[in-house]
Amino acid sequence: MNVASFFSGAYEKLAFYLGFPFVRYALIAGVLIALCSSLLGVTLVLKRFSFIGDGLSHVAFGAMAIAAVLKMTNNMPLILAVTILCAVLLLRTGQRAKIKGDAAVAMISVGALAIGYLLMNVFPTSGNVSGDVCTTLFGSTSILTLKLSDVIVCGVLSVVVVTVFVVFYNRIFSVTFDEDFARATGTRASLYNLLIAVTVAVVIVLAMNLVGSLLISALVIFPALSAMRVYKSFRAVTVCSAVVSVSCALVGILVSIFAGTPVGSTIVAVDIAVFGAFWLVGLLKKG
Amino acid sequence: MAYLTCRDLALGYDGRELISGIDFEVDPGDYLVVVGENGSGKSTLMKTILGLLPPVRGAIARGDGLLKNEIGYLPQQTTIQKDFPASVREIVLSGTQNRGGFRPFYSREDKKTADENIEKMGISHLAKRCYRELSGGQQQRVLLARALCATRKLLLLDEPVAGLDPMVTAEMYALIESLNRDDGVTIIMISHDIAAAIKYADHILHIGERVFFGTKAEYLASENYMRIAKAGDIE
Ligand SMILES: Nc1ncnc2c1ncn2[C@@H]1O[C@H](COP(=O)(O)OP(=O)(O)OP(=O)(O)O)[C@@H](O)[C@H]1O
Ligand SMILES: [Mg+2]
Repeated sequence: MNVASFFSGAYEKLAFYLGFPFVRYALIAGVLIALCSSLLGVTLVLKRFSFIGDGLSHVAFGAMAIAAVLKMTNNMPLILAVTILCAVLLLRTGQRAKIKGDAAVAMISVGALAIGYLLMNVFPTSGNVSGDVCTTLFGSTSILTLKLSDVIVCGVLSVVVVTVFVVFYNRIFSVTFDEDFARATGTRASLYNLLIAVTVAVVIVLAMNLVGSLLISALVIFPALSAMRVYKSFRAVTVCSAVVSVSCALVGILVSIFAGTPVGSTIVAVDIAVFGAFWLVGLLKKG
Repeated sequence: MAYLTCRDLALGYDGRELISGIDFEVDPGDYLVVVGENGSGKSTLMKTILGLLPPVRGAIARGDGLLKNEIGYLPQQTTIQKDFPASVREIVLSGTQNRGGFRPFYSREDKKTADENIEKMGISHLAKRCYRELSGGQQQRVLLARALCATRKLLLLDEPVAGLDPMVTAEMYALIESLNRDDGVTIIMISHDIAAAIKYADHILHIGERVFFGTKAEYLASENYMRIAKAGDIE
């Protein structure tokens, strides 16, 4: 098979798959979530909250367990409220915290997971406890089974997140770079920390249902770290990380469709490969 | 009225008193140097003046049209992380953020102010460089330029020459002196360098078991100074 016929074959296959709505939905939702999490990712990584995605999704899992025990029919408000509260508590303390960021995230994460799992075992509601746990890790609905309504929620959310990020970009920079200076010269640092925390919590809760907490954590961490290998200014890192994140999500979803691999892990694998490449470029640039 | 008036101020953390009986004032155009041993509470005083920490007792009154966010400052140890990606210009520009109401983006005037201060600090050639790859002295200049973007009235400098070599230290002192003399910027500087304090300051605040505040001439005649002089390192 020569190269030209390989590409035309691939193109036909792609066109064929894009004919299915679920493939289009997956691509759109995947790209939007990748964009939002990479924008927040730069700040979170720099504030030493890389693992907050993981921690908050465990919190959401704990809240889900409580909602199940209370036999609540609509558990979303409770999950969101609890997760936002934890995000605020974690990020608010910021630089002056007695327990530092990573340790606080680890505590809340492990604690919520344990309590949630305990509740689910003591008051079994669904009979498939390990299935439920697996769901929070890898996403309850696979990204390939999204409905139009999921995609719309995703779209609205992304518009809100991107707008907040663009409008407050300069404040987010100064609060992340030097909170004391920002505060001393009249920036309402706690307000912006609150804003970041609430946005992070909302993105994580909604995205967790769609793609799972494993992928969310990866989407927060990898693009930001890759961009930081090569670029040295905040703006360049932010733009690069958004581009990297979106491209990796696109490539990952397409590869997973062609090769039949699990979507989330495929995207993460692409992110890892790109990180490796950027790391090399960073080394070459320095040397 | 003075820019800052502190009356019977007590400082500390979480309501626990660290030092008390601090009385001083800072008038427009002053050059005040704060001296004292390690751990005596100099940085704590600075954080309290900046409103980052509440006073345990007493109050700091602002006057002469000095607004709360018109105090620029240079932190002692930069808590800024080693791997933070930020260019010099991004950092200096961030100092202009609170001049006037909320604007999401920098105006042309903000950018002009930033470029002027970058030039004033003699770091124009570094404007595009990454902050974390600069030397200590260059980093101090960047942060000084940022502080100048925030205000032209009052600057608080916490040990601005710590860790700098003698040449760069002299340059830094000259820069601060010209800000004070030529641009009328009021300076409050924390320093362990008593010789330099005596050379440049017009007022001195000595924090310790016995708090002293007065003009340079009064300080040279004070017991606080005698004790240090006796300790041997100054003639
Ligand atoms: N966040 C904090 N919480 C409680 N105590 C603190 C805190 N920061 C500093 N201290 C204590 O307050 C005292 C004064 O500290 P401060 O940093 O003001 O000293 P300093 O005069 O600036 O010393 P140096 O010359 O070493 O910079 C010290 O004993 C220190 O242990
Ligand atoms: Mg100090």
